Amino acid sequence: MRFDTSPAPHVIAGYTVPRVMFQVLFALVPAGIAHVALFGPGLLLQLSVASVTALLAEAAALRWRGRDAAPALRDGSVLVTAFLLAFSIPPLLPWWLGALGTALAVLLGKHVFGGLGQNPFNPAMVGYAILLVSFPAEMTRWPMPLDVDGTHTWPELARMSFAGFYGADLTARWDGYTGATALDAIRNGLGMRYTLPELLGRGDIAGTFGARGFAWINLAALAGGLYLMTRRIVRWHIPLAVLGGLLVPSFIAHGLDSGIALGPTMQAFSGATMLSAFFIATDPVSAATSDRGRLWYGAGIGLIAWIIRTWGGYPDGFAFAVLLMNLAVPFIDRYTVPRIYGRRP
Amino acid sequence: MAARPTFPAGLALDAHKQQACGTPIIELSLPPQVTLALDQGSGYSAEPVVTVGDSVAMGTLVARADHPFASALHSPLAGNVVAIESREAAVEGGRNVCIVIENDGSGRIDDRVRPVATALSLSPEELVHRLRDAGIAGLGGAGFPTATKLNSARASGAQTLVLNGAECEPWICCDDAVMRSAADDVVRGALLLQRAAGAGRCLIAIEDDKPAAIAAVAGAIERQRDAAQRDDALTLAVISAVYPQGAERQLITAVAGIEVPSGSLPAAAGVICQNVATAVAVARWAAYGEPILSRVVTVTGSGVEHPCNVRAPIGTPLSALIAAAGGYRSTPLRLIAGGSMTGRALPSDDVGLTKAMNCVLVATPDDVGSRLGAVEMPCIRCGDCANVCPAGLLPQQLHRAALADAHDAMHELGMRDCIDCGLCDYVCPSQIPLAARFRDARRRLNAAEATAQKAAHARERHELRTRRLQEAATAEQQAFESVRNRARQPDDDPAGGNR
Repeated sequence: MRFDTSPAPHVIAGYTVPRVMFQVLFALVPAGIAHVALFGPGLLLQLSVASVTALLAEAAALRWRGRDAAPALRDGSVLVTAFLLAFSIPPLLPWWLGALGTALAVLLGKHVFGGLGQNPFNPAMVGYAILLVSFPAEMTRWPMPLDVDGTHTWPELARMSFAGFYGADLTARWDGYTGATALDAIRNGLGMRYTLPELLGRGDIAGTFGARGFAWINLAALAGGLYLMTRRIVRWHIPLAVLGGLLVPSFIAHGLDSGIALGPTMQAFSGATMLSAFFIATDPVSAATSDRGRLWYGAGIGLIAWIIRTWGGYPDGFAFAVLLMNLAVPFIDRYTVPRIYGRRP
Repeated sequence: MAARPTFPAGLALDAHKQQACGTPIIELSLPPQVTLALDQGSGYSAEPVVTVGDSVAMGTLVARADHPFASALHSPLAGNVVAIESREAAVEGGRNVCIVIENDGSGRIDDRVRPVATALSLSPEELVHRLRDAGIAGLGGAGFPTATKLNSARASGAQTLVLNGAECEPWICCDDAVMRSAADDVVRGALLLQRAAGAGRCLIAIEDDKPAAIAAVAGAIERQRDAAQRDDALTLAVISAVYPQGAERQLITAVAGIEVPSGSLPAAAGVICQNVATAVAVARWAAYGEPILSRVVTVTGSGVEHPCNVRAPIGTPLSALIAAAGGYRSTPLRLIAGGSMTGRALPSDDVGLTKAMNCVLVATPDDVGSRLGAVEMPCIRCGDCANVCPAGLLPQQLHRAALADAHDAMHELGMRDCIDCGLCDYVCPSQIPLAARFRDARRRLNAAEATAQKAAHARERHELRTRRLQEAATAEQQAFESVRNRARQPDDDPAGGNR
């Protein structure tokens, strides 16, 4: 009797890239619900335009590169890029800016380097950084979160989101409902020589914990991140190192001068902290390779984000922190090769 | 007994062992014909000492082990040599020269097969020598000659013998069956191996998913306390079940806490490893003078009617083993010599059982289906492979180096330290056939090294030749000069003016 021969191993666990990617999307659901509840349906509009653009850009890029587009479109990786970008941009952003950012993320962030697995930078952060430096006003205008005061309602947020999405001039009618994020307000306030306790006491910045509105999104992102850890899709090294890199210096600085330095709780639950720690910095393609390398990589991201938040020109620093540490990955990898069994350290 | 901590990494896999392990070992009768491959699994062939037409008895030497990595072969039945030719065989490369012997039904036994009454009082050197003559080789799957390993242990003064009863690979359970049915032989063999190796202590390592084997071996150790020279000479080490714990180096780390230096033999670290079934073969040799004529092999998979363990003569066609297990069932897709992780898929069941073959896995699409629909995707550097690698490698980086055929990078990243367990491949979400790629890469590394060595030899020869020619030329020149000088001397001689 004759048999088929193929090389060992003859079985595999059956994990797949699409499974990984769709679990990541699934883990974003809690953060998405918090986002929509607090800031209106803008996120959903941004998610749709980013997803459609991402799929089109991916298909076009693969076509230009002469590759089969079908498996790449099904693997879900480009949707993860789209979702992370949509979560990072303000929900009031005109649709064409979201589309532009996504297209740039997929084309310049991913395909110019050779597509999935080849990109040295986190594609979503490439798109975000280009948008941020090119459209600083639009990219820092957020709706006031619903829990700030009773002056606006969710239906109003919805109408505003649609207006912003279609590119209407928001200053005319909605000016009072939009503003800077908590981190931005604190940065501006400190620049005007207010003290931190004064700013935090103002009521529109701090919530019961962390930044108003953003605290809940961060908490939900933390929950999604912990879910990914239980599913072994994300391991603890990068998230813990990112949080450590951000929180340890902020704890020290806050202890030295609580008048100007944000404390660790505020840092952890404002801006894009949890989203970055669990979803963005953990993109394995652009992260360091070994566990030890990932600790350095994550700690670098947290530290750079803290530096930008403290002294930088931008309210939140995670996009630049991630991109800078992406640059450092070959260097980190060079010095953090794990010890091979039976070899000297 | 509490399981010990194990080596880092590895993975607990679905064992699939209960299928074959429920029933006692089936003793297979002598087949009408055996096909003995000269390479019994170690990758090195023995030298035939018989010719076609020779009549042999049970236990007659038919091939001699000239190379230290080959093992001597004996006829498992009485009959006539009908062919010595290249045939399909269960060895690397798929073909090997085989000695085919036809059973004449007489059941004659060779005169040299006699009990070795005094085995435990033989000198260690003599013991090693006799084990070599008996063709004792590693029955755990590598087929490496036991005597060669024992010699390396003696040469480096290894003090620890680890008896490997881990049997970590899915489907395989022949060692479990052997330990349960012949625990006393395991311990007797262990004592002989310990003496031959000059090792002070022996650890018998068994994974905790084999409670019956653990109990049997523990009882046997108790019964043979007197035979052991020291109280602590024999210890049972129960370890938690993790793949690939039965791999030599990983097992040594798990039970002895020693890491074997990269690129050197375990003996250099003071340890040698032998399989429990090998110990039983040694005990049988001492009791009956029997060289390795048969082995216990697991015949399993969803493709056979009654999965079981069989003691079968070496050289028995696999088709006869499968018949002993009730024959084929449903639609077998693959015939695997070994387990599902490292076993070699054979093209045909018309090959002979070898000493190294511990399992015949007749796999249906149900058993190996996970691999069938696999579509390779680009590596996303998730690092799952590195987390399970028992050798501490970065398979994702090795894969890049292998694709680029970057030899220096492969050496640096430890391509040669890979033990080919297949776990990286198993967990890869991009379903990249890493293990096969790495095997190819190692073949290329070996070929390049052989070429480089050949080139170095050629250069050396060329340089020596050039130097020789130069020396010859110089010598000739000198000879010429001296002759000329002598011829000229009269001219130069101021006194020799009368021409």
